[in-house]
Amino acid sequence: MAALAEKHRAEIQAILAKYPPEHKRSAVMRLLYLAQREYGHLDRQAIAEVGTLLDLEPTEVGSLIGFYTLYHDQAGPTYRLQVCTDLPCALRGAEVFAGELRRSLGVAGNEPTADGEFVIEEVKCLAACDRVPVFQLQEPEGIHYYESQTKESALAVVEQLRGRSSNG
Amino acid sequence: MAEPIVLRHRALPELDRLDVYRQNGGFRAFEKAVRSQSPAEVIQIVKDSGLRGRGGAGFPTGVKWSFLTPGVFPRYVVANADESEPGTFKDREIMERNPFQFLEGIAICAYAAQANVAYIYCRGEFWDLTGELDRKIAELERAGLLGDRLFGTNYSLRIHTHLGAGAYICGEETALLESMEGKLGQPRLRPPFPAAEGLYGKPTVVNNVETLTNLPPILERGAQWYRSMGTKQSPGTKVFSLSGHVERPGNFELPLGATFRELIFEHGGGIPGGKAIKAILPAGASAPILPAADDVLNSGMDYESLAALGSALGSASIIVLDETVNIAWAEAKITDFFEHESCGKCTPCREGTYWMKHILGRLIGGEARSADIELLRSVGSGIRGKCLCALGDFAALAVTSGIERFGTDFEIYAVNGR
Repeated sequence: MAALAEKHRAEIQAILAKYPPEHKRSAVMRLLYLAQREYGHLDRQAIAEVGTLLDLEPTEVGSLIGFYTLYHDQAGPTYRLQVCTDLPCALRGAEVFAGELRRSLGVAGNEPTADGEFVIEEVKCLAACDRVPVFQLQEPEGIHYYESQTKESALAVVEQLRGRSSNG
Repeated sequence: MAEPIVLRHRALPELDRLDVYRQNGGFRAFEKAVRSQSPAEVIQIVKDSGLRGRGGAGFPTGVKWSFLTPGVFPRYVVANADESEPGTFKDREIMERNPFQFLEGIAICAYAAQANVAYIYCRGEFWDLTGELDRKIAELERAGLLGDRLFGTNYSLRIHTHLGAGAYICGEETALLESMEGKLGQPRLRPPFPAAEGLYGKPTVVNNVETLTNLPPILERGAQWYRSMGTKQSPGTKVFSLSGHVERPGNFELPLGATFRELIFEHGGGIPGGKAIKAILPAGASAPILPAADDVLNSGMDYESLAALGSALGSASIIVLDETVNIAWAEAKITDFFEHESCGKCTPCREGTYWMKHILGRLIGGEARSADIELLRSVGSGIRGKCLCALGDFAALAVTSGIERFGTDFEIYAVNGR
């Protein structure tokens, strides 16, 4: 039940130590990332665990998940390639890039690849408008930027991650 | 280009190493302030420098600090590193390449505010960067530049990073504070302003990354030196993020008041493919669009000049659109952005951005009705001035300024369909 608390005691303590004890609710964002890393997505169980750690009701924790785009309440692909197609990127060909990437991977829109491991999502500004096309890779361990991409370089990233998945 | 103040790593590429930063005067200003200047003296220097908030609002920084409610403690300082405005990518470069000057700026601000704890609110996408800042903060603690009883005085300071999770609205300072408290990032009703009741209801200063990074050189070299750059009412330099249809997109640090022409054609290398420039968005999505006529291109980029042109400098993220762009399409992209990022708290913004998105979608999709342009104007005026924060106003202004200044681009869709 309290798997997070037992398994990640030191990390949780370090997160809580950033905030005044009477305002430990501030730790909820970091703890949700930790739960997402552990479980892949944030289901009722994960929400309840985070709530217990912070003396919050499940609804107080759960409401955050729909509000903030980097939290996911459904099981999904391990790797999310999130391409910025906001105006500055669109002016420099990002929508074409996203389309080519999807065709190469044989997917349309936000559907996952056949192996269920990848999805190409279009996102809002990533603060990298001078190095278009850009995508961020959201994966269980974190979020990483890939800038000044080509279709080939992006597909190489996908292949590398596929290797990691099959080896692991 | 003049000597870089904020993008100093352009001249000193290894400035992200603490030893290099200190060899080049790093942390002298903070140490001097803590050892020999009172918080009031530091605030006065920053007031005298004329430094204005670089996150968008342009409010005088020293004046903002002087609003802190006297005698109420603890106080907090929060660095706003939620950089999410389309076209803005300056804070990221500062934090990645010149991190110690940014951190020293936080320390100076915290000392002036008499705060012993400061937070850096990083957008969640800056995951790797936040980890790097954590390592830099730990390095400063080991070097005795952060921590307890600094430089043998009674002053103590800790800096912590705080990670957001994907929400543009958290760049608005009261939404940022709500988010820091573990709640939905929705703006608060003001007053009270954060200087009176901010984080955890305590007096709080929220400043943008670039604003804070200006502080060490201002303290080191003085207010008059800072005023020798820029214009009388907009002193100093600004990092201009240049994107869109230019040969060389990137960050360029120029004195405030430099012209659009200099930025776009001299530093940015002009428009690719020999095309003509059509329009400029001077503050990302968040200020009215400007036709790239000579009076605009020759205008200085400072707070006053942009207001005189009927727009705003904002965070100085200049998006360039060439002659091939239909402005109705561009405003539809911007409206998609605001509809997605509206926090949902105020009805005019939540509903208005939804309807503008759908009407513009219909227009671009070739299914416009003749009354649609008027309808867009009407929805826009239904949003303006009726919301807690500026997001709704920005969304409405994008559309109404587009119709006003590039009406034929909208009419082409309305009349001809596709």
